[in-house]
Amino acid sequence: MSTTPLVHAVNLYRYYSRTCAVNNVSFDLARGDVLGFLGPNGAGKSTTMQMLTGNLAPSAGEIDILGIDLLDAPKRAKREIGYLPEQPPVYRELTVDEYLDYCAKLNRIERNRQQAAIDTAKERCGLTEVGRRLIGNLSKGYQQRVGIAQAIIHTPAVVILDEPTVGLDPLQIREIRALIRELGKEHGIILSTHILPEVQATCNRVQIINRGSLVFSEAIAGLDSRRHATSLIARFNTTPDIAALQRLPGVTRVDYLDEDRVRIHHGGDDPSEALVEQSVSAGWRLAELAPERSTLEQIFIELTTTDIIEDGSGEAA
Amino acid sequence: MVLTIAARELRSLFLSPLAWAILAVTQGILAFQFLSYIEQYMVIQPQLATIEGAPGIADLIIAPLYADAAIVLLLITPLITMRVLSEERRNRTLSLLFSAPVSMTEIVFGKYLGVLGFFLVMVAMLTLMPLSLLAGTALDLGKLASCILALALVLSAFAAIGVYMSALTQQPTVAAVTTFGLLLLLWIVDRGATSSDDSSGVLAYLSMLTHYDPLLKGLFNSMDVGYYLLVITLFLGFTIRRLDSMRLQN
Repeated sequence: MSTTPLVHAVNLYRYYSRTCAVNNVSFDLARGDVLGFLGPNGAGKSTTMQMLTGNLAPSAGEIDILGIDLLDAPKRAKREIGYLPEQPPVYRELTVDEYLDYCAKLNRIERNRQQAAIDTAKERCGLTEVGRRLIGNLSKGYQQRVGIAQAIIHTPAVVILDEPTVGLDPLQIREIRALIRELGKEHGIILSTHILPEVQATCNRVQIINRGSLVFSEAIAGLDSRRHATSLIARFNTTPDIAALQRLPGVTRVDYLDEDRVRIHHGGDDPSEALVEQSVSAGWRLAELAPERSTLEQIFIELTTTDIIEDGSGEAA
Repeated sequence: MVLTIAARELRSLFLSPLAWAILAVTQGILAFQFLSYIEQYMVIQPQLATIEGAPGIADLIIAPLYADAAIVLLLITPLITMRVLSEERRNRTLSLLFSAPVSMTEIVFGKYLGVLGFFLVMVAMLTLMPLSLLAGTALDLGKLASCILALALVLSAFAAIGVYMSALTQQPTVAAVTTFGLLLLLWIVDRGATSSDDSSGVLAYLSMLTHYDPLLKGLFNSMDVGYYLLVITLFLGFTIRRLDSMRLQN
């Protein structure tokens, strides 16, 4: 690669006493990437993010931010990181302006650029109206925005947001998503979430982490192409011959899943209409017909549940 | 950077009613003591006038006042230092400092200086009382300076211990109790030891009181000053180590 990735994480491990919270996670974040981090509760999302931001030291592994080693030169590397933890790290007794002023100084923004940086951050997060109010008196949504403003105030190369839309109303969620997309143009963004549509709406790459390991990593665009070419699942009360099903227009292959369920693969022309007609005339007594799409949700559930079973048997052995 | 953190700390302290209440109560109690020492002095003044080289105002009013101040502040320090780091951990605001380009040392020194700033205000307000005597009489300013230095050193040591205790726990009250316990222990540790000869030297050295009294009398001994600097360095060093290990273990 000719350009250094914004984040370059290699073989990250993190143990809490004996439990392994993060197990051999490696990934890169390129400029312009909005990376969605998915995973069930306790999968290691937050731990990974804490390690990327220097809040937690990895048990093993290496993290480079813009080619600067986070563990060797934390001060230089941290200049390029903006981090919003799960709970926005705000001081309730300060006003928004005071707080952002403090953050600007903490992040070593030059004195003559501080005010401009504060104003930009406030404008981007929709905080211009509440600058003089105490953070403690703001609603959860506004506190969240203050948290985001804090993360982007020094225009870092990497912005890491841990569940940025939790506790917001639908309107605010839309605004924040738009903000994230906008930020993604100049910064690299990593965000974690439980909300799958959010990933599809805002991210261009998705990674699923389960039980500490990275189990899926793909571009959203690739995911979409995967979604279209798919299959149907049908259940009959009187199961027909494979041959009869294969004669239907558009059908390429038929698999039996169990006694009365079949998966019908098709090249793209949906054969469901013909199937229903045929079912009526031939008396197959069609009971269920559903298009099978490999949605993000399916991938997520597939990856996060099968692993548990595998791991369970592995541990027992 | 250290100053930025210190300023924020001091500001947050004064935004809470606690700091104001503490300042008011301390000032009130010490003012009462101050007046009662003056009263006593007035009573015995005629006798003192007859004695050659009798103790003066500095010995009979200022020194006891600063001795009392140390005791009062021993009780109050835990209340000021308890939330310095524990509350940041509890409210998860520490990650703001951890993910900013700031080293652990800067964080700890910033926090510490913030607390010291508060104590400085306290010492300044206390010092106004003996200074008010200047209106009516001459003062031994050297002795007064020595008393101020003594109190400032003791408070710096108190604050260092308090900051460390606050780094150990997420519960401010636990930090307060442990700080108070340790401070009191260090204050009285030489008491039981006066009879047994062997250990008394060590215990007497450990006691803060044995290093405080000479300074109040105007005896400036570099060993006493060194003792306080040692305590401060030690506990601030512990705090930095503690924050570092928090990142490792969490």
